[in-house]
Amino acid sequence: MTVQQLTEKLNLKVYGGKKGLGNEISGGYVSDLLSDVMGNADTGEVWITLQTHKNVMAIASLKDLAAIILVNNHQPEEDTLNQANEEGIPLLGTHMGTFEITGKLYELIK
Amino acid sequence: MHFEYQIEGGNFTRAGFASSEIKKKLKQLNVDLGIVKRTVVATYEAEVNVVAHAYSGTIYVDFDEEKVVIRLVDEGPGIPDIEQAMKEGFSTASSTVREMGFGAGMGLPNMKKNADDLQVSSEVGKGTTVQITMHYQNPNNK
Ligand SMILES: Nc1ncnc2c1ncn2[C@@H]1O[C@H](COP(=O)(O)OP(=O)(O)OP(=O)(O)O)[C@@H](O)[C@H]1O
Ligand SMILES: [Mg+2]
Repeated sequence: MTVQQLTEKLNLKVYGGKKGLGNEISGGYVSDLLSDVMGNADTGEVWITLQTHKNVMAIASLKDLAAIILVNNHQPEEDTLNQANEEGIPLLGTHMGTFEITGKLYELIK
Repeated sequence: MHFEYQIEGGNFTRAGFASSEIKKKLKQLNVDLGIVKRTVVATYEAEVNVVAHAYSGTIYVDFDEEKVVIRLVDEGPGIPDIEQAMKEGFSTASSTVREMGFGAGMGLPNMKKNADDLQVSSEVGKGTTVQITMHYQNPNNK
């Protein structure tokens, strides 16, 4: 499944990084601890988090993640959004909490 | 090839810049992707540790025929007990740093897991030096 298809199925907001909407999704990772994501997430995964600062984009780019989903209507900071656009990594959002969005994502790509 | 990057303590906005440059260089050298990934994890954690725990630092990167050596030299408080710092979960990160999602005490263990060779030395009150060595060959050596 591509990120584009995921945003349609789960009705996600696309804050930025539209260039990467064609990215293929290989799995998901859920964590708000950045070193945990650095150590354990893998290429092509969708990262679900409530962290909105710019370092999430640095990690997504270094790890070649497919996209980031911000939960609970968290808004990205401006420099986070700018970097998402520069790197072309989709920065997505949902009103759902972590539990609900993770369950739905899992159902779609398991 | 030799490169140097400056790191400013407390400035998280540029954290990851050097790691990203090193990643690009390794890809240009056609290094196995698994090795590139391990290099990125180890280097990023080392870079962030200077930002989170030290005052300033320099990264010296040397690519030769078969390996890259990444040396991070910082001026900072130093690490009183390196063995304890290497333990997963140990962290002295400030509450501000923790709110950002750093401070899980996983950085040094991540470096250890991913680097071909990791050397940490430190002098309390002066600073810390971290050296990461990655070989371009042998993706199965980890
Ligand atoms: N460059 C450094 N200067 C001073 N202290 C350091 C340095 N690097 C690590 N430390 C010390 O070692 C501890 C453990 O480091 P480690 O990277 O494993 O975890 P952390 O940085 O606290 O959290 P995380 O890496 O999970 O975000 C730090 O909390 C700090 O006390
Ligand atoms: Mg750390």
